Amino acid sequence: MANVLVVAEAAEGKLKKTTHSAVTFARTAAQALGGTYSILVIGSDLAGAVDEAKALGADKVLVADDASLKNYVAERYAPTVAAVAKGYAVVVGTASAYGKDLLARVAGKLDAGYASDVTDVLTDGGLKYKRPMFAGNAFGVVAINTPIQIVSVRQSAFAAAEPSGGASAVESVAVVAPGAGASRLEFVSFDQVKSERPELTEAKVVVAGGRALKERFNDILDPLADTLGAALGASRAACDAGYAPSDLQVGQTGKVVAPPLYFAIGISGAIQHLAGMKNSKVIVAINKDADAPIFQVADYGLVADLFQAVPELVKQVKAAKAS
Amino acid sequence: MKILVPLKRVADPDNANKVKIPASGATIETTGLEWKPNPFDEYALEAALRLTEDGKTPKVRAGEVVVVTFGPKETETTLRAALATGADRAIRVDTTDDKLDGSLVARALKTLVEREKPDLVVMGKQAVDGDSNQVGQILAELLDWPMATFAATLKEEAGAVLVGREVDGGVITLRAKLPAIVTVDLRIVAPTSVYSMKTAPAFKYNDGVRFAALPAIMAAKKKPLAEVKLADLAADQGLKVTYHAFQAPPARKAGIKVKDVTDLVNRLKNEAKAL
Repeated sequence: MANVLVVAEAAEGKLKKTTHSAVTFARTAAQALGGTYSILVIGSDLAGAVDEAKALGADKVLVADDASLKNYVAERYAPTVAAVAKGYAVVVGTASAYGKDLLARVAGKLDAGYASDVTDVLTDGGLKYKRPMFAGNAFGVVAINTPIQIVSVRQSAFAAAEPSGGASAVESVAVVAPGAGASRLEFVSFDQVKSERPELTEAKVVVAGGRALKERFNDILDPLADTLGAALGASRAACDAGYAPSDLQVGQTGKVVAPPLYFAIGISGAIQHLAGMKNSKVIVAINKDADAPIFQVADYGLVADLFQAVPELVKQVKAAKAS
Repeated sequence: MKILVPLKRVADPDNANKVKIPASGATIETTGLEWKPNPFDEYALEAALRLTEDGKTPKVRAGEVVVVTFGPKETETTLRAALATGADRAIRVDTTDDKLDGSLVARALKTLVEREKPDLVVMGKQAVDGDSNQVGQILAELLDWPMATFAATLKEEAGAVLVGREVDGGVITLRAKLPAIVTVDLRIVAPTSVYSMKTAPAFKYNDGVRFAALPAIMAAKKKPLAEVKLADLAADQGLKVTYHAFQAPPARKAGIKVKDVTDLVNRLKNEAKAL
């Protein structure tokens, strides 16, 4: 038996889009193994998430729905994920904050090898995985030498799986009681940052700003993001200085994005920032320092004072879209 | 509180774009790059020091901070630097990077934790060479301890820590009874991120990590540094994850400088077809 298990990520009763990238990986891996893939949906109040998962072409959708799983903590999820994983050759999730936290703990429980943040799967002669290292300045090709292989995939490297038509069979799985670690852990709160904009990791356009924007971060960037229907992003320096919330950070810490169009505005282009955005299809950089490293990865660089260039850009993009 | 801080040295992360992959793809060459402490581990050490002091008198340590690294003799430089900034004691596990994977490091750390019996393990969320982000989580599972990964804030309470975790879409706050494991993200070294029970609530640290003064660097040479063989900590030294080849990232084709906003919008619309 060489099948693949996708560990879904659900929130507020819905499947998060991260799941769809893991499903894309699973389709490739299952085909290479000559097996099938199933999706484990774990949490509480999952009816909506299960309905979405059913349409993704899995052999089975396995459901662990329990009130004790309402607020995610790895200590409560890992035992059930590990128990279900025992029937599979490869277990995959997405390297979101959730996936990175949970899957490593599952690997520990199963004494299994774990490859994180995988960007490609090589199927020639057994599965191997390509993963970025050194902030994306090198890639390693790894093999996992344990009977169960645990993998997290980089969301931006695997296109979201489309529904395949049909409906998978749904099965309930038993929730496994957690260990002593869980009883010493209390979930206190989740302070959510609400935004009307698209998710940073899913947006077609990202408008990201750096420290140069100062207190005018939103004042300058909001109109451009509104005009383009873009998500807002930020450099570490802008987040550290308090100009942008840390949830917007793009880079080695923060989100890794690869949208069709990325604007880097007043961002110098530190290695840690480039690690989070340099696979974007078209990169535009606006910076008044002509020697800023961001220009080395930008397709279109504009050396200009952003406080004048961005409002002008908004005006002209509006005109271009209208024509 | 007794805290164990695992530390790793890495090739200078600010010059990570200078690593070279030879045509054979057999290795990643970091020749010419200086060794630096992994930034997230430096932040972990700073957090551990803040947790064991009152902020105002950083030379007085309430409890003990023990640092550990895995590596050859030269990695003792990294440990001595940590001792100079305030750690009390160091342990070097004698091995080399190519003989390790995340699971093996976690299994060896588990044995070390059982010997040292710390109240807390504080470590970086990932080392910025391998970028694997897994040792803390695996160690927590092996010990069956509660964990809080990607910590941005850390407050000591009676017999527990209150941890703010930066996750997608916001901040999750967890309370972990000790002993526990915390892996830290970069904002853990902000001025108001870490408080021990002795720190005045109004106290603010300088942003970032502390630096050692010369007398402390001299004194650190006399602090205890023990060597342990990897085999003493982990009987099974087989690797669960092995690297078979390395590749350079695909080169981006050179871009152009546009002359003004009009030129930019024209090119985005007509050349890149991105608008």
